[in-house]
Amino acid sequence: MSERSARARSERRLGLLLCSPAVAVMLLVTAYPIAYAVWLSMQRYDLRFPDDHGFVGFRNYGAVLGNAVWWQDLTNTLVITAASVVVELILGFALAFVMHRVLFGRGVVRSAILVPYGIITVVAAFAWRFAFDPTTGFVNGLLGTDQSWFTERWSSYVVIIATEVWKTTPFMSLLLLAGFTLVPQDAVSAARVDGASSIQRLRHIVIPLMKPAILVAVLFRTLDAFRIFDTIYVQTRGAQGTESVSIIGYQTLISRLNLGLGSAVSVLIFLCVLAIAFVFVKGFGTSLAQQRGEQR
Amino acid sequence: MTVLVPIAALAAALSACGGGGDESGMPVLRWYVYQEPSGAFDDAAAACTKAADGRYRIETVALPNNADEQREQLVRRLAAKDGDIDIIGMDVIWTAEFAEAGWIDPFPDDVAATVTDGRLAPAVRSATYRDRLYAAPFNSNAQMLWYRDDVTPDPPTTWDQVLDRAAQLRATGEPDQILGQGQRYEGLVVWFTSLLESAGGHVLSDDGTKVSLEEGPTRKALEIMRDVSRSPSTPANFATAREDDGRLAWEQGRSAFMTNYSFVWPSANANAPDIAAHMRWARFPGVDADTPSRVAIGGFNLGVGAYSDHPDLAFEAVSCLVGDDNQITNAVKGGLLPVTEALYDDPALTDATTPVEVDGKEQEVPAFPYAKVIKEELRDAVVRPQTPYYNDVSLAIARTLHPTRDIDPEADADRLRDAVADALAGEGLL
Repeated sequence: MSERSARARSERRLGLLLCSPAVAVMLLVTAYPIAYAVWLSMQRYDLRFPDDHGFVGFRNYGAVLGNAVWWQDLTNTLVITAASVVVELILGFALAFVMHRVLFGRGVVRSAILVPYGIITVVAAFAWRFAFDPTTGFVNGLLGTDQSWFTERWSSYVVIIATEVWKTTPFMSLLLLAGFTLVPQDAVSAARVDGASSIQRLRHIVIPLMKPAILVAVLFRTLDAFRIFDTIYVQTRGAQGTESVSIIGYQTLISRLNLGLGSAVSVLIFLCVLAIAFVFVKGFGTSLAQQRGEQR
Repeated sequence: MTVLVPIAALAAALSACGGGGDESGMPVLRWYVYQEPSGAFDDAAAACTKAADGRYRIETVALPNNADEQREQLVRRLAAKDGDIDIIGMDVIWTAEFAEAGWIDPFPDDVAATVTDGRLAPAVRSATYRDRLYAAPFNSNAQMLWYRDDVTPDPPTTWDQVLDRAAQLRATGEPDQILGQGQRYEGLVVWFTSLLESAGGHVLSDDGTKVSLEEGPTRKALEIMRDVSRSPSTPANFATAREDDGRLAWEQGRSAFMTNYSFVWPSANANAPDIAAHMRWARFPGVDADTPSRVAIGGFNLGVGAYSDHPDLAFEAVSCLVGDDNQITNAVKGGLLPVTEALYDDPALTDATTPVEVDGKEQEVPAFPYAKVIKEELRDAVVRPQTPYYNDVSLAIARTLHPTRDIDPEADADRLRDAVADALAGEGLL
């Protein structure tokens, strides 16, 4: 017992040593900007009034959290995040399954699925905006509708979420494909011999074994989706109640030049991201560790 | 040694960048301005370089075409005290913000006298902050009402008449669409300001520090915005419509009225000559029939960067760039309207033609047939609120009023007053 734990300790030390250069670099390039943003968020600092700044403590946070706009935008962001991640998970799973099982033309299928992910987000957002435009777009003709998509709230959400889904499902399916390759073929075959139907095999063998990959994929995409900016900026500029927290941060920092207030918004977004990661790791992380323990 | 050589070369290259002079030692003045597609600005820079006779050279540095993006790039550089910016092409709404922050220098009296001589008064006001001139008016524009004389022989003069006429046309199945700008952006603020001022109200007090938004005029302006947005003649995508959407829709031939800038004229002549043949222009609709409308003035002024190495030369260069000759070049070549009032009656402008390509064949059409109407409009034009918080005020107005079809004049007048007051305090999210 003690011998094994001593070995584990030395392995752990080696591990820490090996990742320390990377940690040092990360600290250098991320800790400074984060600390600077936190410092700015406690200042009254508006670029337009260079002589009028000073420490205001948490007043900027009070101004943000006390404003209905922040809560509205946070809700919008969460709705877009949840909707797009759920749809992406389902579609991504199906696509990963196809990529995993495809017998011929594997390279072509995989590249075809990955194309949207290779397109720059702003370009994709414009492409979808033009497609849904009532005068120049083809979508109304295709669906036989006469809808002006960006003038109503629900339809703006539909287009924004659809763009996000189209753009990032490949990323999701790529991570899930890695999960599929984790599933040992023997386990699936054994279940088949025991008479499990394909649905049962999926539910009781494949998905439990893929759980770590699914968690990683969902976590990454949630964090990514929460920071949505480009698509909304291009398609509605936040009108029709589609404004996300990143848009309000951009407006406060870049167009209003209010560095203090804008940094407070940025720090709050950072805290939200941290909270999401924490919930995921605490809520589902134990099962992840268990899984690894079992496999070892 | 081998390491030092590239570093020395790099240092030399960097110092060459910062010096603001070329090899011969002649000062180079950098003019940051949006990319003008016809090349009229480059022509002006070349003409003034020539006139300077070796004392300086003007070089244009292209900014994006979108005014918000221009501002973003400029303020980032100016806040970092970038000495490379000598001359700035400034949208008329930036004056107060740039002046208050100390990013542009006020004009010396003698230059100020030259660059305001004979200029349209509203254009000069747009370049003035706290009684000092911070920029030289360079070009101007304002919206007009475009209509078709085969559909409406006599143009309406008020918004009520526009709506009535559109309803009649709709009943008889004629082209009836009303086109305007309803998206949540600066264009909406232009519309609101024009309506409010036409109704006799103001957004801010004269000194720009307090909210005005007088009860009666504000409510009247909001009622018009709501009624126009809800009219069956207004297209369903009004809430996302900008100037260019209007131009494109107009050329489809189903529209009766459009409020827009003059760039729609050459475009219609090229893309829809049959419609252009009947296309006419009138003063922007007013609120009541007896009071002529007052529209928000647009356009660009030229300022001198506060961190410039050669401010004296830059002022001299600006007074050359905004000269009448260059204004004519801008107008004839680039379609940009002048700021010198007399030029609107100058044959160089009134007789000017512009080439348009119709079905692959080049034709000449009158460039400024509307000169008389727009001159009258510009003389009475109003300046959008002059406050260093303009950007916040504009955001507050656009956010409160969009989407315009849902405006409730009573409640929204109060909401608007609160939002603008918040914006002026510079605090809170918008």
